[in-house]
Amino acid sequence: MQDTVGQGIGQRVLRKEDDRYLRGRGEFVADIRLPGMMELAFVRSPLAHARIRAIHVPPHLAGRVFTAADLTDVRPIAAYSALPGFKRSEQPVLAREKVRHVGEALAVCVARTRAQAEDLAEQVEVDLEELPAVVDMLAAREPGATLVHEHWGDNVFLETVVEGDLDDIRKNAAVTVHRRLRTARQCMSPLEGRGVVAVWDRRLEQLLLTTSTQMPHIVRAGMAECLELDQGRVRVVAPDVGGGFGYKGILLPEEVVAGWLARKLGHPVRWIEDRREQLTGNADCREHFYDIFAYADAEGNLLAVEADATVDAGAYSIYPFSACLEAAQIASILPGPYTMQGYRCRTWSVATNKPPILPYRGVARAGVCFALETMLDAIANRLGVEPHEIRLRNLVPADAMPFDNITKKHFDSGDYPECLRRAVAAIDVPAVRARQAAQVGTGKLLGLGMAIFCEQAAHGTSVYAGWGIPMVPGFEQAVARLTPDGGLELRVGIQSHGQGLETTLAQVGHEILGVPLEKIMVVHGDTAITPYSTGTWGSRCAVMAGGAVATACRDLAARIAVIGAHLLQATPDSVRVGGNRVASATASVGIADVAHTWYRRPQDLPEGVSGSGLEVTSGYKPVRDSGTFSYAAHACVVEVDTELGAVKILDYVIVEDGGVLLNPMIVDGQVEGGTAQGIGTALLEEMPFDWHGQPLASTLAEYSLPGATEMPRLRILHMETPSPYSAFGQKGIGEGGAIGPPAAIANAVNDALRPLGAVVTQLPITPARVLAAIGR
Amino acid sequence: MKAAAFDLARPADLAEATALLAQPDSRVLAGGQSLGPMLNFRLVRPSLLVPIAGIATLTEVRETATDITIGACVTHAAIADGGVPDIGLNVLARVAEGIAYRAVRNRGTIGGSLCHADPAADWLTMLTALGAEVLTSFSRTLKLPGFVRAAFQTALQPGEIVVAVRVQKLGAGARWGYVKACRKPGEFAHAMAAVLLDPARGIRRAVLGATGGAPTVLDGNFGPPPGLPGVVLRRALTEAES
Repeated sequence: MQDTVGQGIGQRVLRKEDDRYLRGRGEFVADIRLPGMMELAFVRSPLAHARIRAIHVPPHLAGRVFTAADLTDVRPIAAYSALPGFKRSEQPVLAREKVRHVGEALAVCVARTRAQAEDLAEQVEVDLEELPAVVDMLAAREPGATLVHEHWGDNVFLETVVEGDLDDIRKNAAVTVHRRLRTARQCMSPLEGRGVVAVWDRRLEQLLLTTSTQMPHIVRAGMAECLELDQGRVRVVAPDVGGGFGYKGILLPEEVVAGWLARKLGHPVRWIEDRREQLTGNADCREHFYDIFAYADAEGNLLAVEADATVDAGAYSIYPFSACLEAAQIASILPGPYTMQGYRCRTWSVATNKPPILPYRGVARAGVCFALETMLDAIANRLGVEPHEIRLRNLVPADAMPFDNITKKHFDSGDYPECLRRAVAAIDVPAVRARQAAQVGTGKLLGLGMAIFCEQAAHGTSVYAGWGIPMVPGFEQAVARLTPDGGLELRVGIQSHGQGLETTLAQVGHEILGVPLEKIMVVHGDTAITPYSTGTWGSRCAVMAGGAVATACRDLAARIAVIGAHLLQATPDSVRVGGNRVASATASVGIADVAHTWYRRPQDLPEGVSGSGLEVTSGYKPVRDSGTFSYAAHACVVEVDTELGAVKILDYVIVEDGGVLLNPMIVDGQVEGGTAQGIGTALLEEMPFDWHGQPLASTLAEYSLPGATEMPRLRILHMETPSPYSAFGQKGIGEGGAIGPPAAIANAVNDALRPLGAVVTQLPITPARVLAAIGR
Repeated sequence: MKAAAFDLARPADLAEATALLAQPDSRVLAGGQSLGPMLNFRLVRPSLLVPIAGIATLTEVRETATDITIGACVTHAAIADGGVPDIGLNVLARVAEGIAYRAVRNRGTIGGSLCHADPAADWLTMLTALGAEVLTSFSRTLKLPGFVRAAFQTALQPGEIVVAVRVQKLGAGARWGYVKACRKPGEFAHAMAAVLLDPARGIRRAVLGATGGAPTVLDGNFGPPPGLPGVVLRRALTEAES
């Protein structure tokens, strides 16, 4: 037993999967080579909005180039929402009649190499009649705007209203602040792009789709629907996946086309997304506009928040999350962790001639946090108090937990004011203020900024049922089974692509059974051998898959106990399973002995033992499925170069409460990685478009991502308030790091610029925007 | 994006390279850090590619009492790592270590960078400030900045390649400054300025890069231009004078 001490919940064990990753032995889609495999290249639209007059495929390319005219038996991708008023879009896997964004696929070319496939693509002549493009989401809402989907009559996927009577508050508030705030359209940029290998298995009459996805079971369902196959005829495997962040939470047109081709042509086909496809055609997220008011009394008590929020959802509703997730999130989470008397929010999910947007790490939260925390600073500034003072006055107090906020969000646990106080202490506000005063007139301005926010994670059926999208999470299942040599296999329907779940779920199994981590194998990413799951998204896996693994292991322990007790000549209720053994009051046997008995010496089994054996599928839901609420306070100090407009982060503190941490080392990694992406949102990342809908960044030279040189040394502090609803008190923390930085950094920049009377209201905070704000 | 098909011929020496480059549609490949992406984006489609990085004479470095001649295919990394003698104040190594990222420096070459003539290239601006000369396979010596005609255009004739760069050593008491305004370290600059103050040789020169054209040379009693170029120039001057 001694060799397994320190491998359970709460231990900073090294990640099992890193051995293969760090040695370059991971196997990603692009590493797969199959005999006879052909490569795909897509002919993509050079125009943002056009009617397709004709696609001329030279006769000698017949059988090697395919268009929508060939895919007559393929259904378009359709992700509907049941929310009232939702307007439906259908996304053909190869464009028909119209193209609605640059990069939309018009034809697919098949050749031995990608370069040769691109040679074919060049020979395809596309005759397009250019239409005016609708590029700006606010212009798209205007009457008379060009229509992305003509039959709608306007460009609004969905308009929602959370009504509140704010008349008295508006009239009587001592402080009213108003901002128009904008966040950029970003490109999610995992190290590995998308990619798919499709094989039609003639023996099984089954499509094997090996694809870089976060949700293999969802892709399987969508794939079967588009190709009109029984779901049993589709198997989806996600091999090693090099990052997702939401970018791979989607059924892709390219996947459907590849699946169709593999079946039609009878040989494997592969598509590997390149960076240009990722940047210009596929990967957009996070474009919000807020017209927002906040009202407070003279003491700084927040009275109400009122906002019109618009989201540029792009041309199509994506499968499975639909075009409305982002805006619906905004309406429900904008009040943040604050108490208030009044709230009103209208949202518009707007269609434009840009690629569809996907929910990116933090989903709408990064923009919401930026908007709300900007308002908190504006109130503090108006009242002449420190930003943390105004927040402490309005945060949900610890003694109110669990707390239902104004939008009926159920906060499970936590001490938000304490979290902020720790961040304020760590950043040392008085010291920063002293340095600030000393720096006046040097051309470099210091600024202090902070943000506090919550992250609802692992929310389940009750939250998603009302949306009526193609995916509603229910019970999460796991299979736990002993191998004949006493190893433990855990099979889960989620997918691990950087979260370290091969380690943390093994830690959960170890916690229950005591099987050493080296003998625990977590199997994921394959619809044929794992239970159904909606996959890895929404910071749900630690809670949901962790809970499912715990439940399955406990159920397995009960079966182990029956056989173990027999071997110990004891009764099942008198033995205890743990530490890799079954123990009675006087003796014990190893779990491996129990496995050996079941599989290899069934003659030694007790009379009447259940035939179900040492393999269990169990389902799990938390006590409440409204989600765990992890939360964090970010505080930072920046230096603004008023000549160059450059922003440098000098100090960055994070106080994070993720409940009970399954593996604190992995949590720190999640926080660091998320914060890097949040810094990208704050300072760097932006996909600009011209008025014709042309994306203006087509390489990573123009689309600026955060790297090592942009990362400050983060100081991460933890609180651990257990969730009352999850298996071990753990909370989902996958996204939080990405949520806080835009707000904290923007507030710091505006704090720095305050002596100049300048305000930045748009992300990312580029040098050009800083210089424009200060009038240079 | 993958490159369109091309032939590849590996010359053993400069003479063979020059002969190969006489063919129409041929193109010389040095470190490939700019040409590689251009090939992949199919912005250039040579029928023949002639890699020269393996030609031994092109990585030679020679030193005299007054100057240093650096083979065209010496990499930025080699210069950053002290692989060429110092012309004074470690200026070449200091500039080299700020070029792009290590992976680019490992393959990118000083000659290739000059021939590509990206206005935001570090060598173009700094070597102009240093008054460097370019030696070519046609036995010509072209002085910077005249070597560069415009953005991405040089004075090289068809089939002519750069074989070396000659840089004068700094005089006693020389000072220099070099400042770039970049979104991130390693990215192309939006504005850049190099300053050389070399009283022993009677030089007081500033060069503005990332201008959209050939570098702008300011000699003698210059004042800073408006906007970002002025900001980086002032800072480069401060750096040189401090």
